[in-house]
Amino acid sequence: MIAMGKTLFDKIWDAHTVSDIAGGPTQLYIDRHYCHEVTSPQAFDGLRHRGLGVFRPERTICSPDHNIPTAGQDKPIADPVSRNQVETLERNAAEFGLTIFGIGHEKNGIIHVIGPENGLTLPGYTIVCGDSHTSTHGAVGAVAFGIGTSEVEMVLATQCILQPRPKTMRITVNGTLGEGVTAKDIALFLIAKMTTGGATGYFVEYAGEAIRALNMEQRMTLCNLSIEMGARGGLIAPDDTTIEYLRGREYAPKGAEWDAAVAYWKSLPSDADAVFDREVTFDAAEIEPRVTFGTNPGMGIGISEKIPAPPEDPAARASFEKSLEYMGFEPGQSLEGTPVDYVFLGSCTNGRLEDFRVFSSYVKGKKKADGVTAWLVPGSWAIVKQIKAEGIDRILEDAGFELRQPGCSACLAMNDDKVPAGKLAVSTSNRNFEGRQGPGARTVLAGPLVAAAAAVSGVIKDPRK
Amino acid sequence: MNRKFDIVQSRCVPLPIENIDTDQIIPARFLKATSREGFGENLFRDWRFDADNNPIADFPLNNPAYSGCVLVAGKNFGCGSSREHAAWAIADYGFRVVISSFFADIHKNNELNNFVLPVVVTQDFLTELFDTIDADPLAEVKVDLPGQTLTNLVTGRSESFDINPYKKQCLMEGLDDIGYLLAHKGDIEAWESKNR
Repeated sequence: MIAMGKTLFDKIWDAHTVSDIAGGPTQLYIDRHYCHEVTSPQAFDGLRHRGLGVFRPERTICSPDHNIPTAGQDKPIADPVSRNQVETLERNAAEFGLTIFGIGHEKNGIIHVIGPENGLTLPGYTIVCGDSHTSTHGAVGAVAFGIGTSEVEMVLATQCILQPRPKTMRITVNGTLGEGVTAKDIALFLIAKMTTGGATGYFVEYAGEAIRALNMEQRMTLCNLSIEMGARGGLIAPDDTTIEYLRGREYAPKGAEWDAAVAYWKSLPSDADAVFDREVTFDAAEIEPRVTFGTNPGMGIGISEKIPAPPEDPAARASFEKSLEYMGFEPGQSLEGTPVDYVFLGSCTNGRLEDFRVFSSYVKGKKKADGVTAWLVPGSWAIVKQIKAEGIDRILEDAGFELRQPGCSACLAMNDDKVPAGKLAVSTSNRNFEGRQGPGARTVLAGPLVAAAAAVSGVIKDPRK
Repeated sequence: MNRKFDIVQSRCVPLPIENIDTDQIIPARFLKATSREGFGENLFRDWRFDADNNPIADFPLNNPAYSGCVLVAGKNFGCGSSREHAAWAIADYGFRVVISSFFADIHKNNELNNFVLPVVVTQDFLTELFDTIDADPLAEVKVDLPGQTLTNLVTGRSESFDINPYKKQCLMEGLDDIGYLLAHKGDIEAWESKNR
């Protein structure tokens, strides 16, 4: 019998399979479990009801992020309901003996930002969190995906979950990116091409020259958005970029363990003869800075393009028209020149040092437009430190911007940073769903460069012009 | 929660919108509770109520013509956020079945883990079902989990649907995954000592 090559995904999945239930899901062992305050309280309650402890407490890391304010974190959270949820996580972590980076802790930040930056996320790992953007961690070559709260309880109780095995897809992006095109633009391009449900049922491996050329933080942005085309997760084979990124990080292996780990990581990339259930290929030259015009991340265009005509299919057409009505846009319209009320730089998608470097490179020597409210929110306290060390904070201040404190912020309107009804926000976050940034808020998703151009010009603008 | 699932015959609530994301099913500002109860009152909150909390009359959940424990939705239902609160809201409101031509993965798992049955039908069957309900809101469907068939009782059209045998057994016997895993904890420890 000829042994068939395996994909990166298959190698990791198989290495974590405790058992396969006949005709059913895989019992999958989880190496790392991240936990935030929104999707965990009912799971801890479940443990208490069943009289259970946490099976492997050293494998779970907690950090509150969704509810925390991005100003005045030294004071108690004003909203009592948010405060209760954050305090509940603190209490649960203490009761069950879990590591928590609480508000004000130097390691606090968005869970998908602090995992990789502390070396808690490693190649070859299985990683879950009650959060769909867990796919972010796939950037290092891990099988990482979002789960529901019932599954959070399973992981806490047994370090395993039951999961149907997804199919595999490889998305190859050949060639090199044009000037002014960011990882976010690749992602928004792919989501538009694949559609918002086009990768449902699949785990995606990103490959090709344009992907290899990305640094780790750019890879995180790309993998983060895998869920927005429906994918169970997205990952990139570990390479020298990955290894150099992880070297010396606090929780990464050290000494002989590091050498052994690196040798293992180098065995992970998909074999040359590995077969994917689906292969899709694109050319990087096709990609320009992107913006969305509708109410799901697949409804996007290149910034020089016009909003397309509605689809022919009646059901799709009705949904498309509902979406455009919400946004106040028309088919055939260009978004360039559209006035902007809010700009949001941040979130688990674009809240890393790379994003602040890109944003500041554009606004340097310019001034924030009057009438634009800009929320610049680093993803963690470690990033705040890096921003200051590089002097990016001064560039931003000179241009009339101020940095806020780390958290999920305006991505999902669970804290004080909400976009008012009817206002238009250019956001580097991940979702433009109706009401996502506040009831009635209108969201245009974009990369950090388009956001910077909007912040200083007050309109949607091609940053290359 | 009615945990054991067998055959359900019911009228339907139609929601002929595609790509309904979990932010619409339950907006983030209602995720701050620390228990599983009460999410039903905020199901589809911003489509059901205006900014002053008045019901929006033409939204199907507010339309007295429609009732029943079966929600029928456009394709790619439950995309976006992994929030299980969406499944809790659907179950708490009283739905036991959601019919669509396509479900997002995480939400589908969440429904199953809360004893709500996601039934995937062909686009053609779905379109016909929307037409049937539109013509007569009293129209009923029969959801037969043991036989894995869904029938539009007005047109008589039936379709079989997929569900893995393990999950089917869980739904029919009212069992959950955590029970399975706890029963296999010894295997997990054995696996760990070999692999970790």
